[in-house]
Amino acid sequence: MSECLIRLQDIHLGFAGKPVLEGADLQVHRGEIVTLIGPNGAGKTTLVRIVLGLLKAGRGEVWRKPGLRLGYMPQKLHVDATLPLSVLRFLRLVPGVDRTRALAALGEVGAAQVIDSPLQKISGGELQRVLLARALLREPELLVLDEPVQGVDVAGQAELYRLIGRLRERYGCGVLMVSHDLHLVMSATDQVVCLNRHVCCSGHPEQVSADPAFIELFGQDARSLAIYHHQHDHRHDLHGSVVKPHVHGPNCKH
Amino acid sequence: MPDFLLNALLAGLALALVAGPLGSFVVWRRMAYFGDTLSHAALFGVALGLMLDVNLTLAVAVGCVLLALLLVTLQQRQPLASDTLLGILAHSTLSLGLVSLSFMKDVRVDLMGYLFGDLLAVGPVDLAWIIGGSALVLLILVPLWRPLLAITVHEELARVEGLPVAAIRLALMLLIAVVIAVAMKIVGVLLITSLLIIPAAAAQRHARTPEQMALGASILGIVAVCLGLTLSWYEDTPAGPSIVVSAAALFLLSFAWPRRA
Repeated sequence: MSECLIRLQDIHLGFAGKPVLEGADLQVHRGEIVTLIGPNGAGKTTLVRIVLGLLKAGRGEVWRKPGLRLGYMPQKLHVDATLPLSVLRFLRLVPGVDRTRALAALGEVGAAQVIDSPLQKISGGELQRVLLARALLREPELLVLDEPVQGVDVAGQAELYRLIGRLRERYGCGVLMVSHDLHLVMSATDQVVCLNRHVCCSGHPEQVSADPAFIELFGQDARSLAIYHHQHDHRHDLHGSVVKPHVHGPNCKH
Repeated sequence: MPDFLLNALLAGLALALVAGPLGSFVVWRRMAYFGDTLSHAALFGVALGLMLDVNLTLAVAVGCVLLALLLVTLQQRQPLASDTLLGILAHSTLSLGLVSLSFMKDVRVDLMGYLFGDLLAVGPVDLAWIIGGSALVLLILVPLWRPLLAITVHEELARVEGLPVAAIRLALMLLIAVVIAVAMKIVGVLLITSLLIIPAAAAQRHARTPEQMALGASILGIVAVCLGLTLSWYEDTPAGPSIVVSAAALFLLSFAWPRRA
């Protein structure tokens, strides 16, 4: 196995007495794409915020490779309409970035044409690419993407996922992604972690079956879409608590 | 030009220069009401300064800083929304200032001067404080400019990229506190925020970069000070409000100006 970038063990955290994470584990290695899926309120964003160092775990162990360089692509970006900021200036908020480097990063994500546009005037899909370019400018060892395809249409989503896969190949970085969608995860994902306060199960996603309607709908992009099948070996009630009695399955780690 | 007019002009220009970039941040970060609250608290700082017999500019700056710290603490500790909290603090500190001043029987206080400014009474010592304070703020603002922009765009992204966000935010509050202390003599506690936000808002429509907006706001502020003082000189209007009226007129004019394509 390649070098471990970050390892979280038995993470517990609650807000105002309400548990959000109860014994979650997570590991990301260099060159590996890990996708975090799970229902609303499962603690995906909370776990990512702990990885990023924005939140401290209440209990549990967080280990980061010393000097780990993080690239972060936030879920959304709201810049006040009164702030006149071009895409180039936005990218140059990363120290040491000039126009050449910014243009190269934008070209990498296929958004070079917006370099001089005001940040508030570009489309949702372009904004996601610009955010990705900013994360790349940090030359990250670990790229953290919080719902990277939000607000992007389905064909665009597939393309964005393919792009993330290409960037991983090219930079050899680890990728940690949050996906809200249980069904659409890219085939290039090495590891899918199903979170619902604790890790329900994790494993490799399966290739989608060659459904003609699926391929007709998405064309060649269908290859990077996959349906993740997993054996959910326990049930949750409406609050996300595990319903007892609970039969432990082979992947069950709690 | 008589000395008092020259002093007034220099004081106004110094303030306008520093209010441009700082006011831009107040607009971008939607801190107008925050600035208003701090400036209302300035009157309480005046009362404290008179009571302890220290320099008033210093007392006001310290008072504003303390209030800013109190505000940050309260925001984290209780569920009331920020605007409610700001409303409570703004008016209670203003009232506290007025009540404390009324207790000081042996001090003759020109209340109108503190509320609306007394620019034409700026003496050489005041002028030194105003120019010194403005220069200090500008000097600190230069290295802080990019980090401040970064946290204004996205605080968490800035934090992940290694910026000390809390410290930078605190620094901005302190700079605003100093500017309020400096501006009190010029336009008074009730009008200070207008000098921060009106020029910045007027410059906004025609700016393409953050720096253009900041510089444009400084220039418009300088024009407003000159216009206001001219009005005050010829028509005997109160100087502070005349400057604010001029700034507001420039703001309206910015809409008449065609926007660059």
